[in-house]
Amino acid sequence: MAVLITEKTRILVQGITGKEGSFHAAQMLEYNTKAPVVAGVTPGKGGSKSEHGLPVFNTVKEAAEQTGANASVIFVPPMFAADAIMEAAGAGIELIVAITEGIPVKDMQSIIHFVRKSGSVLVGPNCPGLISPGIGKMGIMPGFITSPGNIGVISRSGTLTYEAVGQLSAVGLGQSTAIGIGGDPIIGLPHLEAIKLLAEDPATDGIVMIGEIGGTAEETAAAWIKEHVKKPVVGFIAGVTAPPGKRMGHAGAIISGGSGTAQSKIEAMKAAGIHVAASPAEIGITMKRALG
Amino acid sequence: MKIHEYQAKQILRKYNLNVPNGIVIEKAEEADGAWDALGSAVVVVKAQIHAGGRGKGGGVKLAKSKAEAQEHANSILGMNLVTHQTGPEGKKVLKVLIEEGTDIAKEYYIGITLDRAQGKPVMMVSTEGGTEIETVAKNTPEKIIKETIEPTLGLQRWQAARLAYALGLSGDEVKQTIKMLTGLWQVYNAEDCSLIEINPLVKTASGEIKALDCKINFDDNAAYRHPDQAELRDLTEEDPLEVEASEHNLNYVRLDGNVGCMVNGAGLAMATMDIIKYAGAEPANFLDVGGGANVETVTNGFKLLLSDPNVKGIFVNIFGGIVRCDRIANGIIEAAKLVDIHVPVVVRLEGTNAKEGRELLAQSGLTLTVAESFLDGAKKVAELANESKR
Repeated sequence: MAVLITEKTRILVQGITGKEGSFHAAQMLEYNTKAPVVAGVTPGKGGSKSEHGLPVFNTVKEAAEQTGANASVIFVPPMFAADAIMEAAGAGIELIVAITEGIPVKDMQSIIHFVRKSGSVLVGPNCPGLISPGIGKMGIMPGFITSPGNIGVISRSGTLTYEAVGQLSAVGLGQSTAIGIGGDPIIGLPHLEAIKLLAEDPATDGIVMIGEIGGTAEETAAAWIKEHVKKPVVGFIAGVTAPPGKRMGHAGAIISGGSGTAQSKIEAMKAAGIHVAASPAEIGITMKRALG
Repeated sequence: MKIHEYQAKQILRKYNLNVPNGIVIEKAEEADGAWDALGSAVVVVKAQIHAGGRGKGGGVKLAKSKAEAQEHANSILGMNLVTHQTGPEGKKVLKVLIEEGTDIAKEYYIGITLDRAQGKPVMMVSTEGGTEIETVAKNTPEKIIKETIEPTLGLQRWQAARLAYALGLSGDEVKQTIKMLTGLWQVYNAEDCSLIEINPLVKTASGEIKALDCKINFDDNAAYRHPDQAELRDLTEEDPLEVEASEHNLNYVRLDGNVGCMVNGAGLAMATMDIIKYAGAEPANFLDVGGGANVETVTNGFKLLLSDPNVKGIFVNIFGGIVRCDRIANGIIEAAKLVDIHVPVVVRLEGTNAKEGRELLAQSGLTLTVAESFLDGAKKVAELANESKR
C-alpha cells in the first residue's frame, strides 16, 4: 500500500502537448506499473492524440468522463495554472498534482479555498510531485533512485527529496510514498496534512520530514506529531545559514519579520521527539538508527 | 521586489490616499528648489534606501530652514547608511526625499501581508506606530489587531471600521481611516503586493489621517501582468552579482563566506550552504542552476562565483534527476576552457549517470577533486578553502 498514488489511480496530464508535459508524460508511462496514464488535456487540441498515443481532450471534465481518470498532474504555464487547478477540482478529480512554478500568490489565494472545499487533494504547486515505488509516479521525480519499502518522505523541495530518497535506498530502506509538497507560500497539502496521511498508512513504518525556512508549517506539523505519531520521524530543515529577508529560490523560502527561521523549526522538531539529522548528508542513516 | 518609499507614496497618491507632499532629489543643491516648491516651515529629509531603521541610523532629519534642508541633504546624500536591516556594510544613499513636515498627534501601524497558514491576506493595525512592529509582536502581541481578508471579496467596510475603532479613533478620523484602509487593500490587491506597511500612519494635530511612511513589496511571480513595475526597480539597491545572475536566469544570493557553491534545486542549494558550515567553512552564496543545467549555465555560474573575491573554493553539488550528470560533467569541462578557475573545485555528482560523469571529470585532466559523497565533498572543499586563508 501507499498513499495518494495507489493501484486505483488513473492519471491525466494537463498540458500534455507542452514540452515539459510531453516529456514527463513519457517518463510516467515508462515508470508507472499500476497507476496508468490514460489521457491528456490541452484546450484547443481535443480529439487529437498525444505523441504517446494518448487521447487529448479540451476539458478535464470530458477527459474524466470518457477515460475514468481520477487524478491529474498539471504542467500548465504559471499564468493559466491556477485556472487549470480549479478546473480539475471542479471536475471532481480526487488528486491534483501541480508541478508549475511561478504562480502568483493572488491566483492561488483566490482558488485554494474552493479547491479545499471541493474535496480534491491538491499537492503543490511548485513541487516535484509524488512517487509510490512499485506503483507509479505523478510529476518529475526520477524513478530509478527509489526502491519499494516502508518509509514515507515529505519535502518542500525537489532535489533535496531525491537526496533523502537516495540516502534511504543506500542504507537499505525503501519508500512507501515520497511527497514533494511544494515550495510556494500557498500549497494544497502542507506538512501537517501530508504527515497525517503517512501516519495513518499501515504500510509506512517511518517518516522523513524535510522542511526549509519560511512560514510555520513545520512547527504546526511537529506539534501534531508530538501528540499523535508513534512511528519514528526523522527531520531536517534547510536554511540554517540563510540570511533574513532574502528569497532563497523557492517563493516561500524567506525569513520575514523574525519568523520562519530554521532554528525555530529545529527546536519545534526536537521538542516533538523528532530525530533531527545533524546534516543533510545524514538523513538516511538517522532513519536507520531511529528504527533500531 | 522592493521599491523605495517615494515610489510607494506615488502609488498611494494614484489611489487618492493621503500622503505628505514631497520631492525626490539626487543632488544636494536641488534641496533649495524643493524647499521653495513645498512652501512648508518644516521639512523632513529622508534617505531613500531599501531598508528600514533609517531614522536610527541618521538617515532621516528635520530641517527648519532652507539652509538646514540643504545641509541635511548634503550630509545624507552619499553617506553609507547602516541600519539593522542593511547589515554592517550599510548602503550608500543616492536619493533623498524632501517632504513637508507633519504636526504629529499620534502614530499608528498598518500592515497587509499573506497569512500563510490560512492562505488569506491579513490586515494588521496597532496603536504602537513608529516603533518596530516585530518588537510589538514579540512583547505585546495583544496590541496588534488583525482582520483576515476573504481574497475574492476583499476588505469589507465593517472590517475597516472595526480596525479604526480598535485604534481608539472616533468621528471623522474613523471615516478617514476607513478610506485609508480600504484604499491600501485596493493597492495590495490590484498591484499584486506581497507586503504593504505604513509605519507610521499618523493623526495630525488638526485631525488629519496621513501615511507618513510606506513600504511596498511586489510578488515577483505576478510581474508579467505589471509591466509598469519593472520601471520601479532600482538596480543600485541590489548586489551587482545578483543583478548579473538574474540576467542569466540564475537564482543567486550573495553571502559573505569563503566557499562558493553551485547546486541544482533550491532546497538542495540551501542544504549545501548548511553542510559547508557544518564542515567548518562558510558559504559564499546560494546558487541554484535549476533543472536544465547545461554548458552555458555552468559557465555563467563559475564566472559569477569567481568574481566574488571572498571565494577561496568551489563546491559543485549535483543530484541528477532529470538532468544527467554526464552532461553536467561536460558542462564543467567546457566551462573550464572558457573561465580561468583559480580556486580549488570539488565536484560531487549523484543520480542519473553519475558514474559516467565522474569518469569524464577524472579523464579531463582538470585539477579538480571528485567527492565520494555529499559530506565528503563538503569536508574537502571546506579544508581547501580554509587552507588558502592561512
